[in-house]
Amino acid sequence: MSRYVLPLVVVIALIAFLMIGLQRGDPRALPSPYIGKAAPNFELPTLNDPDVTVASQDLEGNFALVNVWATWCPGCRTEHPFLMQLAREDSIPIYGINWRDTRPEAQRWIAQLGDPYVASGFDETGRVGIDWGVYGAPETFLLNADGIVVHKHLGPLGREAWERDFLPLINAGGAAR
Amino acid sequence: MLAVAMLASAPVAAIDSSQAFDDPVLQARYEKLISEVRCLKCQNQSIKDSNVFLAADLRREIRRLISEGKTDTEIADFLVTRYGEFALYRPRTTGKTLILWIAPFLLVLFGGFAMFRVIRHRMTLPLDDSGVAEGSSE
Repeated sequence: MSRYVLPLVVVIALIAFLMIGLQRGDPRALPSPYIGKAAPNFELPTLNDPDVTVASQDLEGNFALVNVWATWCPGCRTEHPFLMQLAREDSIPIYGINWRDTRPEAQRWIAQLGDPYVASGFDETGRVGIDWGVYGAPETFLLNADGIVVHKHLGPLGREAWERDFLPLINAGGAAR
Repeated sequence: MLAVAMLASAPVAAIDSSQAFDDPVLQARYEKLISEVRCLKCQNQSIKDSNVFLAADLRREIRRLISEGKTDTEIADFLVTRYGEFALYRPRTTGKTLILWIAPFLLVLFGGFAMFRVIRHRMTLPLDDSGVAEGSSE
């Protein structure tokens, strides 16, 4: 009988690994290597005014969201009303990176749907997107006051994910300072 | 008719078919690199085989890095810093990816050991049929 124990253990271990693999949620979701590290530096012309720039330093001193968006991205339209709510509640400054878009289309989007952003950097070539490890809009980064990335959200941001993933981090960070 | 259609569609299917570098050595490095970088948007393709703009952007970045004289290791570091180890089809032998490299050898060792045990056990069995019948009824 004992000769069956080892194979049985191996098979059960294999099944356990496969089960874990199946339940990991979205298999396309990649963890950001920037979590716990300083956000990449950037400097971009703003969407509204090409002569004005928005840069990393503008974000420091406070928790801030960096939201990567584009007009060609359906998920961005989905999350836009929630970003507007966040902006109205004045809970956190939201900075945008308008990724691989055209200026007229992005400006029309803002004019029609509203502007939740303190400023949106206009990343026409996608260089800043690559520096941030962006692979699919929308993506939302949470930065603390020191400019460290503490969370990254993939896909449309909503109230549920905000309260579950973002608020505890912000509250914990706020209390520690 | 079919031939004409195929001819017409061939240039559409080709991705970045033009030479990126005049120097054949650089061109070869470039082609090898882009075939080993995963397209993060279309995850089972390399950026060599994909036409989504993110793949095109990454190819452009790699062309820039090569022409700036960066080594293959530096270019791999560039990608891993931004996208994590997953971006490379050939994971580097460091820390977390070590298990990927040693697991096959461990499995072969384990299998070899198991086979050795079975064979050695069988060698102790008598060779004639009556012995086999006895052995199988243990």
